[in-house]
Amino acid sequence: MEAARAKRFADGLIAVVKRACPTCVAVEPALAQLAAAEPFTVYSQDDPAFPAGLRGVVDDRSLEVSYRLGVQIVPTLVRMKDGKEEGRAIGWNRAEWEALSGMRGLGPGLPENRPGCGSRTEEPGMRHRLAARFGGVPIQSRKIEIPDEADAIEVCYDRGWSDGLPLVPPTVERVLAMLEGTTRAPDEVLGIMPPDRVECSVEKVAVNAVMAGCKPEYFPVVLAAVEAALVPELGLHGVLCTTNAIAPVVMVNGPIAKRIGMNAKGNVFGQGNRANATIGRALQLVVRNVGGGRPGEMDRACFGTPGKYSFCFAEDEDDGVWDSYAVEKGFARDASTVTLFTGDGVAPIIDQVARTPEELVRSYAPCLRTIYHAGQVADVAAFLVIGPEHARVFYDAGWTKSRIKDELAPLLQVPVRELKPGFGVDDDVQRLKLEQPDASVPKFKTGSLNIIRAGGSAGLFSAIISGLGSITINPVTKEVRP
Amino acid sequence: MTELLDPTSERAPLTRPRIARPQSLGGKTVALLDIAKKRGDVFLDRIEERLRSQGHRVKRYRKARFSIVAPPELLRQIRAECDLAVEALAD
Repeated sequence: MEAARAKRFADGLIAVVKRACPTCVAVEPALAQLAAAEPFTVYSQDDPAFPAGLRGVVDDRSLEVSYRLGVQIVPTLVRMKDGKEEGRAIGWNRAEWEALSGMRGLGPGLPENRPGCGSRTEEPGMRHRLAARFGGVPIQSRKIEIPDEADAIEVCYDRGWSDGLPLVPPTVERVLAMLEGTTRAPDEVLGIMPPDRVECSVEKVAVNAVMAGCKPEYFPVVLAAVEAALVPELGLHGVLCTTNAIAPVVMVNGPIAKRIGMNAKGNVFGQGNRANATIGRALQLVVRNVGGGRPGEMDRACFGTPGKYSFCFAEDEDDGVWDSYAVEKGFARDASTVTLFTGDGVAPIIDQVARTPEELVRSYAPCLRTIYHAGQVADVAAFLVIGPEHARVFYDAGWTKSRIKDELAPLLQVPVRELKPGFGVDDDVQRLKLEQPDASVPKFKTGSLNIIRAGGSAGLFSAIISGLGSITINPVTKEVRP
Repeated sequence: MTELLDPTSERAPLTRPRIARPQSLGGKTVALLDIAKKRGDVFLDRIEERLRSQGHRVKRYRKARFSIVAPPELLRQIRAECDLAVEALAD
């Protein structure tokens, strides 16, 4: 991008100023001295009639020259020779200006040094607007021109890009700003996105993250979520095309969750937090727009779930008592990770009476047992979300997450005679009923019941996020890279 | 004039013409692909029975799991060995 900024300037001195800067106003006499002595061009960022005493001031209200020179502070004095910059002075400093110009006695009456003001190129959002207009923008996506009288949000709807809610129009400026959220190159390919099996680049994810409403600082999390979605073990193709109600659920662990202001506490699965809402939405928009996964086409869900708009949250790691899900999976405590798993909704468990861990697991077990059907054991998975007030009961008794799982296991045995056929394992069910009619089998196969902690501080509640777990559909965790 | 960036994969819609339907099954080999969805095999068994009774050649194939796409090797094999394919989606 720097190379594309290059523009050949004539030999001599160049000054960039703006009227709104008191230092620029104060150095007017020094500028007049320079103008009298040698080839000298003054560019004015805000008023071509300033400085009034100089002739031939160049109007740079477009900021093209300021951008190409990389001006950050005004006044800036630059010496060019043979098309190259030989030196630069920022703000007013008599010694520096005299050294650069070779003149003595500049700006009599001025102090030795006076700092300048911010260049207009540094105004909020301006850098990306200028890069889009004048820079060699490293963007490969097709540009779609829309007339000024068209409503960009309606254009996004008309093009079929929306999940039903309004999108932030993905302008070049916004996408460039999003790409600054990562050090990764825009053309890096993250993997092959189902169902269309097309390459998914960092840039395409950025375009969709803009539309979803993400801030650039969320972008590394969005990228990790997309990377996780592309790992074959997640089974995104199956997750997408199933008649089941599942969606990929995004769970964030580690310090980045707080850094970008994610919610792990009150209303954790609800509305109102920009990071939670837009990161999950960005993933869904990538699936829709890059992968081509749209309802009624490859997405054959019978019911679907509101989680297909966005289902994203952070695990609450503040308690410091239990290992987080990511630590349980072997990631470092200070690592930031994104875990994707399938979920179809949130089913609360309310027990306001239990005061011992044994009572609580006896409340959880029958709720977990009924997922999909009390007689289904095939392909069932769940994340059991323990709220802070329930968690306290376990902490007081010294129970870990794995102790809870161990205590739940015998309570989650399903008698063979209650097994319901029709879940793809009928032969096994039939054989068991014949050979071991009095036996029982676990509701969850090993690893498909996970425990996390989240939620608000008031309420003796926990919750179940149920989903699918099978040989082709499993949770996937990816570390967040800058 | 505002410029928006295309968020899609920018693939041209892939509308390929269907392969011409054969006038008859005479001399053709028919692939029956079981995608591993429950009871799809019941349907395919019956199709196989009827095709064989009419003297047609039949080859059976199976995907490991319905929720994954058919592996490219399997598609290549079917294409190399057969003229027609039937798959069953059932539940």
